[in-house]
Amino acid sequence: MTGTAISLTGVRKMFGDTPAVRDLTTDITAGSFTALLGPSGCGKSTTLAMIGGLLDPDSGDVRFDGRSQLGVPAERRPAGLVFQKPLLFPHLNVEQNVAFGLRMRRLDRANTRDRVTSILDRVQLGAMAKRRVGELSGGQEQRVALARALVLEPQVLLLDEPFSQLDATLRAEMRCLVKDLHTESQVTTVFVTHDQAEAVEVADTIALMLDGRLEGQGDPEMFYTAPPSLIAARFFGVTNELPGTVRTGVFTAASTGLRRPATLPDGPAVLVIRPETITLTSPSGDDDTMDGVAVAARFAGTHLAVDVQLTGGPLVTAHAPVTTSVRLGAPMTVGLPRAGGVVVAADLRHAG
Amino acid sequence: MTTTSRRVAAGAAPTQEATEPVARRPLSVRTGRRLLVGLLLVTVLLPLVALLIWSVAGQWRYPDLLPQQLSLRGVGLLFDPRSDILQGLGTSAGIATAVAVLACLIGFPAGRAIGLYRFRGRRAVQFLLLSPVIVPGLAVTLGIQVFFVRYHLSDSILGVVLVQLMPTVPYAAIILGAAFANLDIDYERQARALGAGPVRVLLFVTVPLLRPAIAVAALLTFLISWSEYVLTLLIGGGQVKTLPLLLFAAIGSSDTTAAAALAVLVIAPPLLLVVAATRLLSGRSGNGVGFGRL
Repeated sequence: MTGTAISLTGVRKMFGDTPAVRDLTTDITAGSFTALLGPSGCGKSTTLAMIGGLLDPDSGDVRFDGRSQLGVPAERRPAGLVFQKPLLFPHLNVEQNVAFGLRMRRLDRANTRDRVTSILDRVQLGAMAKRRVGELSGGQEQRVALARALVLEPQVLLLDEPFSQLDATLRAEMRCLVKDLHTESQVTTVFVTHDQAEAVEVADTIALMLDGRLEGQGDPEMFYTAPPSLIAARFFGVTNELPGTVRTGVFTAASTGLRRPATLPDGPAVLVIRPETITLTSPSGDDDTMDGVAVAARFAGTHLAVDVQLTGGPLVTAHAPVTTSVRLGAPMTVGLPRAGGVVVAADLRHAG
Repeated sequence: MTTTSRRVAAGAAPTQEATEPVARRPLSVRTGRRLLVGLLLVTVLLPLVALLIWSVAGQWRYPDLLPQQLSLRGVGLLFDPRSDILQGLGTSAGIATAVAVLACLIGFPAGRAIGLYRFRGRRAVQFLLLSPVIVPGLAVTLGIQVFFVRYHLSDSILGVVLVQLMPTVPYAAIILGAAFANLDIDYERQARALGAGPVRVLLFVTVPLLRPAIAVAALLTFLISWSEYVLTLLIGGGQVKTLPLLLFAAIGSSDTTAAAALAVLVIAPPLLLVVAATRLLSGRSGNGVGFGRL
């Protein structure tokens, strides 16, 4: 788990007049499972294509293990790619599809057969080797595609939203499989997804991309407990924002006067609070308290989402246990732990 | 699947038909369809039947429905070493094969450009490709004949092959263009990611994926070349004797039996080819890729 497997420096890519990736610099640790996360159109698939060699960056450098890959065509990069669509060659059967890459490498028959057999067993498709690809289900197709990339024992495995066309159950199954395969092989994996829940579940590192730029990179917890920016916090589903200002290392909320220490330079800032950190019932002595009125409550399966209109402040949402009884319209006090919430700059534009 | 079950149910007893909802269809529609198919078969096949009878007729005078005598004289003439019919068969087959191969080789990159890329002037290129089909080949050929003479291509098989590319390349390009438009080009990206260079992507992925369209394009261009008369006559100058040329000569003579036998020889190979191709294309993986927009 040491060293940098893939490093991008100042990578830019334009499509006509539209910048797809603007000045992207990031290192991907060897053996890591990195999710390249972002909304559609943020440039994450373009970035993956540039790592895989299917696109050339307009400027900047892509390096594998320190060696520049610029000018190296996709077919000669040690990268395995799996797309959203399985893209199994319809004129070949399952076994021949998996063997395709080995055939391109002119590996001898006996070795090819051994490796194909073992990888097909690994993705639980050993019995399907002779099937035509048209006879497979969606999940099986994607597993063949995965096997076809992995059989080459690539230095890096690139997955471009590989499960987004599968239904929820199958997707969960595939995530587990990919995770297991990664644990076994320790192959550096980059996984493109727009689904933050999927990224959090499967990856050990998340690189958040917004509008062609890297918005933040770190382990999944970081994005929840200490989001790098307001826009990142919003992407991870924080709904509560208390605007205020930072002065000499202290943040003060404009509406409620709530204070938090902050490391930001002086200027407008926002305290973002995850709904599950706000408590509705009997705040303990260590909590900050805010007064308000409950205006709505929605049952959300595992919790109750309660909207509270703070006195002289914004509307906040709190997640309470489903057993909580809420009287709408009645004045109430909500609690927030002293360490709850994160102060981020109010600027919605990228820091860089 | 559905068609076979439908057919089975249609012939079955009415009680069974009721349990099979797919089979229920108004009687009038079924009869109408059968009538239509029958009519088509009669109009297409009846002239051929007459031709077949003529080719083996010995003596056939006006009021009789069938010939009084049958004879193999016409068939024998085909294989007569003194006639140049067998040689013509070879010439025709050779030219048609060469034209089909060349038209597909030219039509492939052209079809790729039309089908895949949205470039400036794409419509103009499409129109230019179609123009040999719109403008009568005779007119164009009269114009370019001078150049064929100048470059010593007239009166030669090579010249005939070249001039026949004019009416065939557009069809090959259009068919392959439609197939390329339906091809998911990500297959090529995937193949590259798996280690195939451009040439091997073409050989091992693109061509196999487009195989049905290539087969159709080759078949069609072969057929166009096979029945081409005017261009062959003009450029071949009567020196390149393909079957249509021999057929026209035979029709001009008074020997109907010989002409009919020759006509059968001209019709049979394309007919067999089409039947074989249809079976091959529908039986195998052909329907997977590429015919949506044809």
